[in-house]
Amino acid sequence: MILAATVAATAALATACGGGDPSTPAAPGEKVELTLATFTEFGYEALIPEYEAAHPNIKITQRKTGQGGPYHQDLITKLAAGSGLADVAAVEEGHLSDILDKSSKFNDLSKIGPADAGPDRWLSWKYDAGKDKNGKVIGYGTDIGPLAMCYRKDMFAAAGLPTDPGAVKPLFATWDSYFDTGAQFVGKSGGKAWFDSAAQNFNAMVNQLDVGYLGTDDKLTIESNQGIRSAWDKVTAAVAKGESAKLTAFSNEWNSGFKQGAFATKVCPAWMLGVIKEQAGPENAGKWAVTAAFPGGGGNWGGSYLTVPTQSKHPKEAAELAAWLTAPEQQIKAFQAKGNFPSQTKALTDPTLLTKTDNYFGDTKIGELFAEQAKKVTKPQYKGPGDGQIQENVTSPALQAVEQGKSAADGWTQVVDGAKKITR
Amino acid sequence: MTVVEKTAPETAPGGAHRTPAPARPSFRHRLSRWDVKYSPYLYVAPFFLLFGLVGLFPLLYTAYVSLYDWKIGADDPGFIGFDNYVELLHDAQFWKSLANTLSIFVLSSGPQIVIAVLLAALLNMKLRGPTGWRVGVLLPYAASLVAIGIIFANLFGPKYGLVNGLFELLGLDRVDWQADRLSSHVAIALMVNWRWTGYNALIVLAAMQAIPKELNEAALVDGAGAVRRFFSVTLPLLRPTLVFVVITSTIGGLQIFTEPKLFDAMPGSNNGGSTNQFQTVTLYMFQSAFENFNLGYASAIAWVLFLLILVIALANFLITRRLTGNGGK
Repeated sequence: MILAATVAATAALATACGGGDPSTPAAPGEKVELTLATFTEFGYEALIPEYEAAHPNIKITQRKTGQGGPYHQDLITKLAAGSGLADVAAVEEGHLSDILDKSSKFNDLSKIGPADAGPDRWLSWKYDAGKDKNGKVIGYGTDIGPLAMCYRKDMFAAAGLPTDPGAVKPLFATWDSYFDTGAQFVGKSGGKAWFDSAAQNFNAMVNQLDVGYLGTDDKLTIESNQGIRSAWDKVTAAVAKGESAKLTAFSNEWNSGFKQGAFATKVCPAWMLGVIKEQAGPENAGKWAVTAAFPGGGGNWGGSYLTVPTQSKHPKEAAELAAWLTAPEQQIKAFQAKGNFPSQTKALTDPTLLTKTDNYFGDTKIGELFAEQAKKVTKPQYKGPGDGQIQENVTSPALQAVEQGKSAADGWTQVVDGAKKITR
Repeated sequence: MTVVEKTAPETAPGGAHRTPAPARPSFRHRLSRWDVKYSPYLYVAPFFLLFGLVGLFPLLYTAYVSLYDWKIGADDPGFIGFDNYVELLHDAQFWKSLANTLSIFVLSSGPQIVIAVLLAALLNMKLRGPTGWRVGVLLPYAASLVAIGIIFANLFGPKYGLVNGLFELLGLDRVDWQADRLSSHVAIALMVNWRWTGYNALIVLAAMQAIPKELNEAALVDGAGAVRRFFSVTLPLLRPTLVFVVITSTIGGLQIFTEPKLFDAMPGSNNGGSTNQFQTVTLYMFQSAFENFNLGYASAIAWVLFLLILVIALANFLITRRLTGNGGK
């Protein structure tokens, strides 16, 4: 009943507090206190004092949350409650569909933000993904997660595959060539797995489609969308051929899988390099490599936006802060501090980024590599309300079920039923 | 206060208007009378105030919310009567989660209480260092639930888990603890039992020690063996305690949440496995409220669960009374 109490209490808050009052810009010289809410690591710690020094009337408090999941749950609840949100609130790409659905509760940054934070600052797909259906700009892009392919050189060599980053590129040209090479690999390696889990590939494949789970009319496309069905068929066929290590992403078993060398390739957004290094550990240094290729072109997984909710009492100052933090100069500093890959076009040509190497991955110029991958992304796919939930609670568990022995046809029924339930 | 002062003379003993007032009761007198009359209410008020605020109000408000199509962030929740309940009764996932809950409950509470009583009987014997043993059985209860969840989820990992490693060593087949429905229930029930058995054993032990020695001695003189004494003397006298233990474990068992949540391989997931094979009702309620943002539906689940717990607790109360009832009094 404690949970029931929480439900009721949250609901009570929702009714008790109405909308925020329209706010007025602060008078010049007036002290303004701004809050900035982020999750995991944004690399802003050193930047905040810098901004405060340049703007003596502004005082910034950063609220940091460790995990993205609870952070966004809190964000949605406070959005509904009508109070309690920070002046500048970070939103992750995976949760963006829920936020864009409630775009009326956010300020249009193209109206209140400074002139220099225009569309030409960012990669166009990143900027466009932060707009709602009516073109209202909800967030300024911070970082991105351009996709490349990571692979185990030693396992490739043992199976008679090329190991040089240039020579492996053709293997990763299309999803068909990727899964075909996988089937070959399984045969030659004595049954070793090609990739970590089916859902990791499936999500990337669906993200490359012109139309995702929901159309721009917010109607479910899953039953008529040939692209989704074809991705499902390809991935489940690969599972049937033993290509999947059947390790749910980010589970303990998945972590162990890196150490044990349980799979030979991995869908690899820029931030995944840190995960591989941590999980595979120093004993596997030099075994993993990354190449500037991704099946079916390019893709993106992850990255965030800074938003200014209408709850903010100082929206103009908040927008200025968000614009400053997401300027190329600052995002390069965040990249140096925490490795968050910048989404600003000018930052992508910055020498600091382009010369960045990582000796864990054989001294590859990772900055240059991912900057190249970022440019391969063509346009953002429209994400309707419930898109993130369909991926997390419908397709990923259904693919896990297929890996656990469910037939691909039954798994597809699970997907269709589950997606219908969420968008009901 | 003013009302009391006005009416007090009229209702004074003897009737103020019939006979001339012998003596208007002094303020001191009235004060002491109010003290007797009203103070007890004041003393118990904190409990009722708190209960009203955090117990009764949420309960009633949840019932109210359950009658609305209430989504977090939606501006105008519409009244839909009992539609949420109707939908719930036709929701296959709800029935699955209910079956999971009952299965995990039976697998945990059943063995747990039997083992707790046996453990208490052992602890009740003459042991060297009794306090050490008693603290020992209580230790799992003191451990953090989340830590236990993470450790057990690791132990029961399908590929690299210790349990499967042991199974392999003993020549047994590996079990996919997460994929298989019954296996996942067994693993979760083990987690629950590991934590709660010792706690229940201590409660039963306290009740055992309160049983007068004479009764056992008399039975011994009559020629009853240890087993007969346990079933005919000890168990019937434990009845009130067992009723308490059974009912609290029913309430707890039907609300299992943390264990299945942490058991899921997908971090932070509320799905209860790839096909909801170990999603419990509370987990489904939480998912409906805070992942699907459907407060109305979640409230309906909360109420159905509440009523269900009442029914099952009542049934358990009657069964326990009957089972331990004969021969007691």
